Amino acid sequence: MYTDKVMDHFENPRNVGEILNASGLGTVGNPKCGDIMRIYLDIDENQIIKDCKFKTFGCGAAIATSSVATEMVIGKTLNEAMLVTNKAVLEALDGLPEEKVHCSLLAEEAIRAALWDYAEKNNIKIEGLKKPKADLE
Amino acid sequence: MSKVIYADNAATTKMAPEVLAEMLPYFTENYGNPNSIYGLGQKASQATMKAREIIAGAINAEKNEIYFTAGGTEADNWALKGACEAYGAKGKHIITTTIEHHAILHTAKYLAGKGYQVSYIGVDENGIIRLDELKKAIRAETILISVCYANNEIGTIQPIKEIGEIAKEKGILFHTDAVQALGQIPIDVKECHIDMLSASAHKLNGPKGIGLLYLREGLKLGPFIHGGAQEKKRRAGTLNVPGIVGFGAAVKLAMAKLPEKTKKVTELRDYLLEKILAEIPYCRLNGDRVKRLPNNINFSFQFIEGEALLIMLDLKGIAASSGSACTSGSLDPSHVLLAIGLPHEIAHGSLRLTLNEENTYAEADIIVMTLKEIIQKLRNMSPLYEDFIKNLNE
Repeated sequence: MYTDKVMDHFENPRNVGEILNASGLGTVGNPKCGDIMRIYLDIDENQIIKDCKFKTFGCGAAIATSSVATEMVIGKTLNEAMLVTNKAVLEALDGLPEEKVHCSLLAEEAIRAALWDYAEKNNIKIEGLKKPKADLE
Repeated sequence: MSKVIYADNAATTKMAPEVLAEMLPYFTENYGNPNSIYGLGQKASQATMKAREIIAGAINAEKNEIYFTAGGTEADNWALKGACEAYGAKGKHIITTTIEHHAILHTAKYLAGKGYQVSYIGVDENGIIRLDELKKAIRAETILISVCYANNEIGTIQPIKEIGEIAKEKGILFHTDAVQALGQIPIDVKECHIDMLSASAHKLNGPKGIGLLYLREGLKLGPFIHGGAQEKKRRAGTLNVPGIVGFGAAVKLAMAKLPEKTKKVTELRDYLLEKILAEIPYCRLNGDRVKRLPNNINFSFQFIEGEALLIMLDLKGIAASSGSACTSGSLDPSHVLLAIGLPHEIAHGSLRLTLNEENTYAEADIIVMTLKEIIQKLRNMSPLYEDFIKNLNE
């Protein structure tokens, strides 16, 4: 059902955890749907993402997409992090089963929610970033 | 991978070697068509009659009341659609429950689209049908009540005799989906006033692709599959002789060891169930503690999602099942778990373990040890658990 890459990230998820006093924090999803993703970003004074951690409540695909997304943003600039889209996440995992594609969307949303949090706190604008949907209960 | 611990016997079972041995001659030796008059055909015909007798005897029915189908789903379809077709002139109202298998629920939905009215009776927090609600739902135009004998997800056994008495008193047909019950608990169609009953061989160590509908003598249901004269013209098509022989052998085997198997599996189930309750925090047993199939365990583990749990169990060689949305193929978790009142996020974290007599106490210990490890790993990844622990510490 899942590709080797998805299984690898699911079995050995990278960057699970929390960042104390994170520069940016984003939580998206909904417990009703069985998916909640939380992304922590540590961003330095040069606006480089030094570290990224995640916590996810969800299926194998949700955990794997969170894991791969953290890897994809670490070391990136804010604008580069904006390129970590659901499509990019899907490609990095060699695809997901049709009914799981929404999980990759959640990863993009979680990263953007964390970037938005950072932008709000620091009163900056990130090109192309919109206010995240508030679908948490 | 070493030996798999198979704990998904409500999904399907391993065929018993005795059953396979009885079936084999009907593939390559006695392969005749039971409708043919020569010896080869008659050997096959006699074998199907023997199976019919065994099965009828096991549920206290007559042999001419057993109709073989391709499985439980076909039997459920036939019972509901056939009853509506045969008795629709009397009324267009049927009653079922909120916790039926999809073979019933989706057939009822289809009938609703054809102009029938369907009432869905609710269940209590343990999954037992509310009899007062059932009585209130009955109308002059009610023609059918269909209630599963025992639920496939949470194992709850329904008060079938009481429902049968209510139906009989009101002159309404009573159908029960006994797919999970046959071979696990005693069934008596006469004592329980059952008019129609669905069952399937592969749930009791028999082959896949063979099921049955018990139709009480005198019911007016017409043919479900049109064609030849098989099954008294009600279900046409050359009989699945090896399947029927296997079904008969499986029922015979199950009935012969029913008391012994029930005791053995119930004791193991209770051991496993108590150990999970004692060793894993923040879990909930779903379904009735007592009125429950001997082999069924269903837990919800808070803060985690069922599909992730199932994949991790599979990686450790344990086969189980879940009612999470991700395993149901929809966005909603199991309708059964929602019907007993679980919030969505708790229903997503469900795990069903269904045992058989081959499972051992050593396997139960491995299951608990593995579950503990996996659940902690998933909780450590869960933002819901993180928030819960933070709130505890505040």
